[in-house]
Amino acid sequence: MPELSSAAVRPTPTGVIHDIGYQRYEGPRLGRRHVFGALYLHGLRTIFGFGRSAKAKIFPWLVVGIVTLVAVALAALRSQLGEPVATYAQFADAMSWLVLFFVAVAAPELVSRDLRSGVLPLYFSRPLPRADYALAKLLALVTGLWLLLGGPQLVMFLGAAFTTKDGLKGVWNELLDLLPGLLYAGLWAVVFASVGLLIASLTGKRAFAAGGVVAVFLMTTPIVGVLSILPSHTANELAGLASPTTLVQGVGIWSLGDLLVEGDPGEMMIGGFGPVYALVAVLLVAGAAALLLARYRKVAS
Amino acid sequence: MTLIATQSLTKTYGGRVTALTDLTVAVEPGIIGLVGANGAGKSTLIKILLGLIAPTSGQVSVLDIDPTAEPAAVRARVGYMPEHDCLPPDLSAAELVTHLGRMSGLPRTAARERASEALRHVGLYEERYRPVGGYSTGMKQRVKLAQALVHDPDLLLLDEPTNGLDPAGRDAMLALVHRIGTEFGISVLVCSHLLGEVERICDTLIAIDGGRLLRADHISAMTTATDVLAVEVSEGTEELAARLAALDLPVARDGRLLLVPLADDSTYDLILGAVAELDLPLHRLDQRRHRVSELFATRELTHA
Repeated sequence: MPELSSAAVRPTPTGVIHDIGYQRYEGPRLGRRHVFGALYLHGLRTIFGFGRSAKAKIFPWLVVGIVTLVAVALAALRSQLGEPVATYAQFADAMSWLVLFFVAVAAPELVSRDLRSGVLPLYFSRPLPRADYALAKLLALVTGLWLLLGGPQLVMFLGAAFTTKDGLKGVWNELLDLLPGLLYAGLWAVVFASVGLLIASLTGKRAFAAGGVVAVFLMTTPIVGVLSILPSHTANELAGLASPTTLVQGVGIWSLGDLLVEGDPGEMMIGGFGPVYALVAVLLVAGAAALLLARYRKVAS
Repeated sequence: MTLIATQSLTKTYGGRVTALTDLTVAVEPGIIGLVGANGAGKSTLIKILLGLIAPTSGQVSVLDIDPTAEPAAVRARVGYMPEHDCLPPDLSAAELVTHLGRMSGLPRTAARERASEALRHVGLYEERYRPVGGYSTGMKQRVKLAQALVHDPDLLLLDEPTNGLDPAGRDAMLALVHRIGTEFGISVLVCSHLLGEVERICDTLIAIDGGRLLRADHISAMTTATDVLAVEVSEGTEELAARLAALDLPVARDGRLLLVPLADDSTYDLILGAVAELDLPLHRLDQRRHRVSELFATRELTHA
């Protein structure tokens, strides 16, 4: 065999590193959409601690674990009792506190770290426009929060769908219940993400950013409390506008009605101001996003 | 091709602080040194070249593209190494450079390959998998250089690459920059406030002071034209000067010294011959290689 003999004559050393010098890159260079997508995915991974230390995974996955556990418990209870313990929207409402703390950790992870380390000039000296950076981070946070609420809702749906006694029609009805629930989870995600990311983008200190996010959501709650016990009926009905949390609930009550508050209107009364709540929510998100973009027009230039 | 060209470039901040005044310069590809004291307007110029800030007036083009009109097109072909600390401490160099490669539009696998290549070229091997937070200043500077190289730019803008390095680290960094400019085929603009440092590695020098252009030229044109021989004799300085003038050598007096421009080696012979004929005690004869800094110093004086 010629190969064998030649190998015996000239034994080629293995594991030799050749310095082939600098190579120019001739391959494809992707456009703005791809770069945006890469930054978005990177942000989404960051939120859940992928590609980061084990320590960074603890909190996100603790929250994911809790909400999933609650969803499984609700699904199990429902299959036992034969009727839903909580609707999808009610589940989202009940989990909003956990989502708040999740935002308080995730938003600073996304933006404060970059501010602190001074890495932004490295981004902005690349083709990516500044607005793309902010929007990719915002979209990543919205997606992350929506997955956090929507994922467990899906678990509840699967539980209900597999235990339904009405066959396909039961599954279909369940799906019609799930979809508004997912939309409502999306509303939570958009409001929490836009406000949370804006606050976090103001400081490079992650602890301050986290505190700021929690403070804005929690400190506004007493205002709602005060407004809702004022003698004026109108003030009571508009009280929910004062805090992002109650604002979202107000929009939910208006748009989902008995999917959120069955029969009994509960403690929150919005009267006929439903459209006002929706309008304020839209303005809040748009305003926060606009301020976020304005912030990134200035920062690190 | 003109690498960088500016025409009457002016930048004022808020209408009061002037960072650049009427800067007109055109340089060819190669290694370009941009020198000036702190606050001379070096970083402002770099930011204008990157399209990060818009000039108040005047035109600018980088690689024949106008960064004010098409900043993304310029940035796609330029790599930038900022002066200040800009590395997240908890990421490894490999992760960071890969991510920034993707931000420059490289596909995922290409970004990973180019990142390890770039890190290898700047001299980071196994340590590239460790978090950057534990790196020395020299290693951090190398990572900053690698991230500017990862997307294979045609021009590197390096803002004070030797900042914070010890003398050995400075030499290594300068050697690296020189290698990039000569072997990699990438043009480099090196910004520094230390003239002695950049004049060692660059072909072209741009000196700015107070936002104004002092001089921009090939480094060879700046130094060879001013190499002079200093002649000192213990006595008979006048006679020697007359004799040298008779030999068609343009002699200048500088105190007890006679300064003769060095044309070639025959200048030595002429001077030595003249000294021997006059039988003068020669005290010294040496070549005064003007540092570029002296050129600027004298130029400053003539301006004043």
